[in-house]
Amino acid sequence: MLWGVVQFPGSCDERDALRACSLLGEARLVWHEDRDLSGIDAVVIPGGFSYGDYLRGGAIARFSPVMEAVARFAAAGGPVLGICNGFQVLCEAGLLPGALLRNEELRFVCRQADLIPEGEANGHFATENVGQTTTRTLSIPVKHGEGRFYAPQEALDEIESRGQVAYRYAPGQNPNGSARDIAGVRNEIGNVLGLMPHPEHAVDPLTGSTDGLRIFEAVAGAREGGP
Amino acid sequence: MSESGTQAEQPAYEALGLTESEYELICEKLGREPNDVELAMFSLLWSEHCAYKHSRKLLRRLPTEGERVVMGPGENAGAVDVGGGWAVAFKVESHNHPSAVEPFQGAATGVGGILRDVFALGARPIALLDSLRFGEMDSERSRYLLDGAVRGIGHYGNSIGVPTVGGEIYFEAPYEHNCLVNAMCVGLAKREEMVRAAAAGIGNAVVLIGASTGRDGIGGASVLASAELGDGDDAKRPTVQIGDPFEESKLLECCLELLERKLLISLQDLGAAGLTSSAGEMASAGGVGIDLDVERVPLREPGMEPFEIMVSESQERMLAIVEPERVGEVLALCEKWQTGAAEVGAVTDSGRIRVLRGAEVLGDMPVEALVDGCPLYDLEPAEPESWIYGNRRELPAEAGVEESLLALLASPNVASKRWAFEQYDSIVGSRTVRRPESADAAVLALPEADTAIAVSIDGNGRRVACDPHRGTIEAVLECAQNLACVGAEPLGLTNCLNFGNPERRAPAWQLDRAVAGLAEACEALGVPVVGGNVSLYNEGPDGPIYPTPVVGLVGELPDPTRTASGFFARAGDAIALLGPFTPSLAGSELAKQRGELKAGLREVDVEAVRVAIEAVREAVRNGAVVSAHDVSDGGLACALAESAIVGGVGCRVDLAPLTEARGLSPEEALFGEGPGGFVLSGDPAALESLADDGVSVLLFGRVGGERLEIAADDESLSIPLADAARAWRSLGERFEPRV
Repeated sequence: MLWGVVQFPGSCDERDALRACSLLGEARLVWHEDRDLSGIDAVVIPGGFSYGDYLRGGAIARFSPVMEAVARFAAAGGPVLGICNGFQVLCEAGLLPGALLRNEELRFVCRQADLIPEGEANGHFATENVGQTTTRTLSIPVKHGEGRFYAPQEALDEIESRGQVAYRYAPGQNPNGSARDIAGVRNEIGNVLGLMPHPEHAVDPLTGSTDGLRIFEAVAGAREGGP
Repeated sequence: MSESGTQAEQPAYEALGLTESEYELICEKLGREPNDVELAMFSLLWSEHCAYKHSRKLLRRLPTEGERVVMGPGENAGAVDVGGGWAVAFKVESHNHPSAVEPFQGAATGVGGILRDVFALGARPIALLDSLRFGEMDSERSRYLLDGAVRGIGHYGNSIGVPTVGGEIYFEAPYEHNCLVNAMCVGLAKREEMVRAAAAGIGNAVVLIGASTGRDGIGGASVLASAELGDGDDAKRPTVQIGDPFEESKLLECCLELLERKLLISLQDLGAAGLTSSAGEMASAGGVGIDLDVERVPLREPGMEPFEIMVSESQERMLAIVEPERVGEVLALCEKWQTGAAEVGAVTDSGRIRVLRGAEVLGDMPVEALVDGCPLYDLEPAEPESWIYGNRRELPAEAGVEESLLALLASPNVASKRWAFEQYDSIVGSRTVRRPESADAAVLALPEADTAIAVSIDGNGRRVACDPHRGTIEAVLECAQNLACVGAEPLGLTNCLNFGNPERRAPAWQLDRAVAGLAEACEALGVPVVGGNVSLYNEGPDGPIYPTPVVGLVGELPDPTRTASGFFARAGDAIALLGPFTPSLAGSELAKQRGELKAGLREVDVEAVRVAIEAVREAVRNGAVVSAHDVSDGGLACALAESAIVGGVGCRVDLAPLTEARGLSPEEALFGEGPGGFVLSGDPAALESLADDGVSVLLFGRVGGERLEIAADDESLSIPLADAARAWRSLGERFEPRV
């Protein structure tokens, strides 16, 4: 399996994502001006401050040449994972619902958080807890200044009813004021996933937990079980 | 400064900060009077900030040699060998005066500047640390400066993707007007790809890479950093540079790729005094001349004067020396990274810096005169007769030990700095093995070199104020103790000497004694000084800041899986005090709170501390201890409380063995401060076996329960752990009261 990790000017976590992906397969960087994703089985849009993000997280990156290719890739059912800034880019590009606003406390926050995965029976990205009654939380760090997930109430209801909530912060651990503790969402089909926490920073016991691997495995699973 | 308003008679050189004799010397070296462009350039390169004219002689005392030293003082940053063909580059630098005028941009550009110093060597920055000083937290100005500086550091470091892994913050009244913002950067480089900052190759091109040049920061660092702050500083705000981390992120990646492809002969960042200093220093280091054409410098705005172009401190710029046939490739790679680049000059054999506008010569100066010609001054030190700083009583002398402990834990100097460090990305890069607060030093894995490093930055200005010589020795020992707690051996030291006006006797004496202490401690530990920075004229209306030498150490630990944490982990573990720790209340946080500060610190047995440091390092490496935490601010009681709070488990300790062995009062044992103390936890037999000739180990407690219970002869305290934790975690709440 070949992972493509997109690199924009201003990306920060692309090497970390590359390293995480290479634990599960082959991985290479994809330059932001590249329109060719041939041979790539899954795309990761990493964290960082693409093009400086001075306007709004992801607002410029969505217009980059590579994002045209990512949109086509996603439309064809290819798995796409957006992490932090990558999540913002996917929301800006309309590939995921909702928006990411500045943290409630108006400060950047970097800390470990517990995530509760939410699977759906037929779901891509459904994690190991599908069909089980106990839910295992994942310990994964967050680090962002614009991570407050927002959508209007009706849209939130819709996101929930369609099973598009992928991860929630464990009770009391919402670091940014996200609506309904939502940490990550998927698209309706289930092949595009975005989340604010950083699974690529949770793949090595030496530097934290290894729970992030489960999220990459879920993305890989979406490829295997996908259309 | 007092020159504003009434300088009708004042000569231009004086307004630019040069003395009459310095001006005469310039005329002598030029053989004529300098024109405006030349005068502007001389005034900056002959400023304290660039020329180190009051400190250079002192700095010659510092040991700089060592087996592992790859680059020493004089380069953009120091570097030490970590094996496998890899080197670690690091440096600390101040951005005090800009931060006191505009904290957000001041701190942000401080981070930007130190990053450039490190990647100018060809090292990829892998970690940042910050050492900050503000006035007391009940001052609105201090909270404003703290908030701005923390946001600024986060803004720059987070955006550029370099983790901020450690640091320290102290709050003391003498920093009220003149806060300190020192930033340290650590980078990793392949030894064979490292470059020096010396221009070479007559006829080679000089290429300016990065942002365009504007009017921001004209004379910023050099003007602000070379005189005292005072009334009218708001008017200096335009001299503070504006940072753009995105520009620097592109510049960083671009420069590293240029160096990896071996397209550059040498590289230098543009810092204080902009093009003037970087071209001058590159020419001086290479023994060559440089011609610069101001018409070819990409400008941010029209109508800039040549002198403005030469001294602008616009950020995110680098100067490279390139072989003429490689210029095309260099420009193409800069284009890929969407970063600006222009050929602005050439290396010459003239030994002169020439400023051109097309064919017109606007300035022509010998490099030697411009860069190395500034006279160096001897200090006229005199020890003050008494404590020259104030005292403020916050805690009554009759307060009980429980009240005192809670007050100390809640004091902003001792309290957890989580409020600040959570605003920094501490994990990007996937190297951070020990995050802030989880251990005494940050630990970074270097898998490419099959090793790991630990980094720490320390310097308690209040203790240095009590005794500049012993206080500085303590700062180095404290930093080395922090490294020992994670099993690391120091490889090299960088320092930032933050002091008051060196032309006054008391600050001159503080500086002189502090440098002596720094040299002594480094020699005793066998640690070379590989780089540093001096920041003088740090004064407010009430006098100088506390003399504040900040030391940063980089150490090596072979196995990152074997680093102790700083906190208690297992109920039932024994607790021991290792080391010659003989605390006193002199210069302590308790003495400060009681308003009893005065000159003098207890003598330090450096050799005994060194032996203890080695014992702890080996114990951690061998897995003989579960936790290791050094005793510093707030004394032993605070150290025990910290280990318990972070670990989430209480402890019961009896300090009788300590009071007996060292002849201490209960108060000294609980809250006294001094070097050479480590709180260890682990298996009792393993801890006991650490005792050796010259290494004292006192077993005095057990981990367990939900209270802090500490007895010291006829005094004892018993506090629920939750209460201690609430006090220790109160910094953020005090800053932003919860509604």
